[in-house]
Amino acid sequence: MNQLVRHESFLVPAALVLRQRVIQAVAVALFVSAACFAIVQSLPGDIAFRIAAGRYGYDQVTAASAEAVRADLGLDRPAWLQLLDWLASLARFDLGTSLVTGGNVAGELALHLSGSLQLAAAALVLAFLAGTAAGTLAAFRPGGTLDRALTFWVSAARALPPFLLGLVLILVFSVHLGVLPATGHGESTNIVLPALTLATGLSGLFARVSRDAVIRIRQSDYVRFAATKGLGGRLIFIRHVLRNTGVTLVPYIGVQAIILIEGVVVIESLFAWPGLGHALVHAIFWRDVPMIQATALALALLVVLLNTATDLAVLAIDPRPRTSQAAS
Amino acid sequence: MSWKRIKAAGVSAVTVVMLAACAGESAAGGPASAQPLKVVGPFEVHSLDPSTSGGIFTRLQVAETLVEADNRGELEPGLATAWDVAPDRKTWRFTIRTGAQFHDGTPVTAETVAAALKVADSKAGTPLSTVPVKSIRADGQTVRLDLTEPYGPLPAVLAHTSTQILAPSSYGHGQSVTKIVGSGPYRVTRLEQPSSVEVAAFEQWQGKKPAIKEVSYQAVGRSESRALMAESGQADVTFGMDPTSLQRLKQAGSLDISSVTLPRTILLKVNAGHEILSDVRVRRALSLALDREGMAKALLRDPEMAAGQLFPPSLPGWHQPSVAPVQQDEAAARALLAEAGWTPGPDGVLARNGRTFVVSLRTFPDRPELPLLATAIQAKLKELGLMLDVKVGNSSEIPAGHKDGTLELGLYSRNFALVPDALATLADDYGPKGAEYGAMGWNSTELTATLQDMAKGTDSAGAEAGRKKVSQILQEELPVIPVAWYRQSAVVSKRVEGLALDPLERSLRLTDLNWAS
Repeated sequence: MNQLVRHESFLVPAALVLRQRVIQAVAVALFVSAACFAIVQSLPGDIAFRIAAGRYGYDQVTAASAEAVRADLGLDRPAWLQLLDWLASLARFDLGTSLVTGGNVAGELALHLSGSLQLAAAALVLAFLAGTAAGTLAAFRPGGTLDRALTFWVSAARALPPFLLGLVLILVFSVHLGVLPATGHGESTNIVLPALTLATGLSGLFARVSRDAVIRIRQSDYVRFAATKGLGGRLIFIRHVLRNTGVTLVPYIGVQAIILIEGVVVIESLFAWPGLGHALVHAIFWRDVPMIQATALALALLVVLLNTATDLAVLAIDPRPRTSQAAS
Repeated sequence: MSWKRIKAAGVSAVTVVMLAACAGESAAGGPASAQPLKVVGPFEVHSLDPSTSGGIFTRLQVAETLVEADNRGELEPGLATAWDVAPDRKTWRFTIRTGAQFHDGTPVTAETVAAALKVADSKAGTPLSTVPVKSIRADGQTVRLDLTEPYGPLPAVLAHTSTQILAPSSYGHGQSVTKIVGSGPYRVTRLEQPSSVEVAAFEQWQGKKPAIKEVSYQAVGRSESRALMAESGQADVTFGMDPTSLQRLKQAGSLDISSVTLPRTILLKVNAGHEILSDVRVRRALSLALDREGMAKALLRDPEMAAGQLFPPSLPGWHQPSVAPVQQDEAAARALLAEAGWTPGPDGVLARNGRTFVVSLRTFPDRPELPLLATAIQAKLKELGLMLDVKVGNSSEIPAGHKDGTLELGLYSRNFALVPDALATLADDYGPKGAEYGAMGWNSTELTATLQDMAKGTDSAGAEAGRKKVSQILQEELPVIPVAWYRQSAVVSKRVEGLALDPLERSLRLTDLNWAS
């Protein structure tokens, strides 16, 4: 197999993956928008009163302010007309304005999305580096001290709720040692504790998956063959073990990233970190329909995007699906 | 051999990561070295519009109102240095402070003030919109408000945050506020909605120059997080403490705690038009059944906050030391229920003519103690055979339930000093038709007449007697059942001194603070 053929055979399946994912993204966008809209409409309680509570604060919600909200936003129009309005704006890439703050939804979404992405990326990098390093080391002596310590770590990190872990980290690093800010946003050090909290939970799983993958691969025929033909331990590790571990780990990173972005709600609220989860909870609480729809849409498209990136990454490091595609 | 090298590489990689993390930590340099005063509170900045911004810009003393109030709730000059009312009690004039400047350098004129007030008057749901205003206009250096009928508490209404005066440059398209350009001692230097606002002292401020030049405010939703920020020294002044954290910090003793009782009461709103609750004997029985002291001690961790009457001691004039406090008396409660025809059924639940005593109670978790109090009330009433169906939902379900008549009992906290004169709030809450956060299906012509006379201010000598009468009628008729009063606390670091909490929650009083010497 020469280099040129390999290159082409990557591009063709990559284009197929992209085409399929774009169709999926459009379908997901339509479905999520409609589903969100239907769910919000069917929630109990008068939506105008809810929005008024978000706008004016609860001491000042009166029937008059709720009626003003209803008239202002045209909430008494038929539901299908409101949905059609939203879809028409969406087609123009206009996410509308928040019913509660009156701000531009796209602007607010960008702020919260970048907050969540920063946090998730920092946590993922930390968890990946620490987890895979520990897992790979443990794999060299299964059942050894490091391996057993790792098993303990995996269970402990998973058993500890992130909320509790976050509080413990704040107590240690902020209250007792005084080296890190407890919560907040805006300073460069603010991200350390929330990222560490998330990374601790994830690192155990990364360690576990990479340990199992490395053990499995080290026992595989091709690694033993490489050793038999006289390759040194370091070369075997770099050429065969690392790359094959990647095939297992990359999709795993993809899955973890999705879980992370959707699961940072608790951490965001504990550390007062402005992110998507925080925004979504507030928006649902106040029935801020455009904000709910935009946030849900962003989350859904992010899942599609991450899946696409994962597919492409696997395609790049693993030749097997390519050849099977080419053969078929 | 090479495995060892790989292991060594792995170990050093882990070490590098840990070192990097440590480097990040040391870069923080310790929170104590930060220069601006760091203030943390629960209030988020959802919107810049004065009618919906939750008052954060008046709290931070960025925007001024015409009238201000001191720590005893007495009105004092704000952007208006003086005000008077014509003999017909319908024409009010407010004299604007000469030389006052907005933060963009433009002068504060009677015209700009009148324009800002007109915007406030046009917004639904603001206190000014309930005042019978006929016209607002500039007249030389004064702003003139003409009313269609006398309304005594007008200056107090003009102390409400929704009437803050912003510069014309604050408004973008139409009436929408795009930035905050006020005239107070601090100006906004950075704003990141919804969580942070930074302000700096305004050089051209005419009054006493604030000792603290820069303040950074951060909104933090969870009270546990706020407590930890206070404890770690990340916050200098922390507002909105929950009872448990406060108790812990008190015991630790390394921080100062400043407290003030608020003109706020947690109360049970009763639908007096309801077939069970319309009987005043039943309402009195409910009141007699409540263990207010137990709830204040165990749930609020502040036994003094058990409410003996609707108006807390922090509402001088309205609070009546002489009135007999509402108290727990289960025997009397049972007797009243029996008198009203409610007798225990086979399952212990009271019943009358085949109808069992089941009512719903709505409350909401915005104030974390409310659901706790609701379940404590539920447990207590069950002992008497009264079944409560507690529904914890959104705050707006109480006004919505009031409107459509489905509300039976509602538990919430009411701020009687939304504007510095409680009369403005009470005249609304206990008017002839009741109100969302006041009476429901109940009215007393005597109470309404008294409140109206007081609002018109025709008999200022009778105000004292009027307040007494209002208090008495509410205590006897119980259209709402008082449960607990409120104490607000703030935690202050040793770096700062001079904090005096505003019982009206209008201002954080930043200009009174000093760095500890």
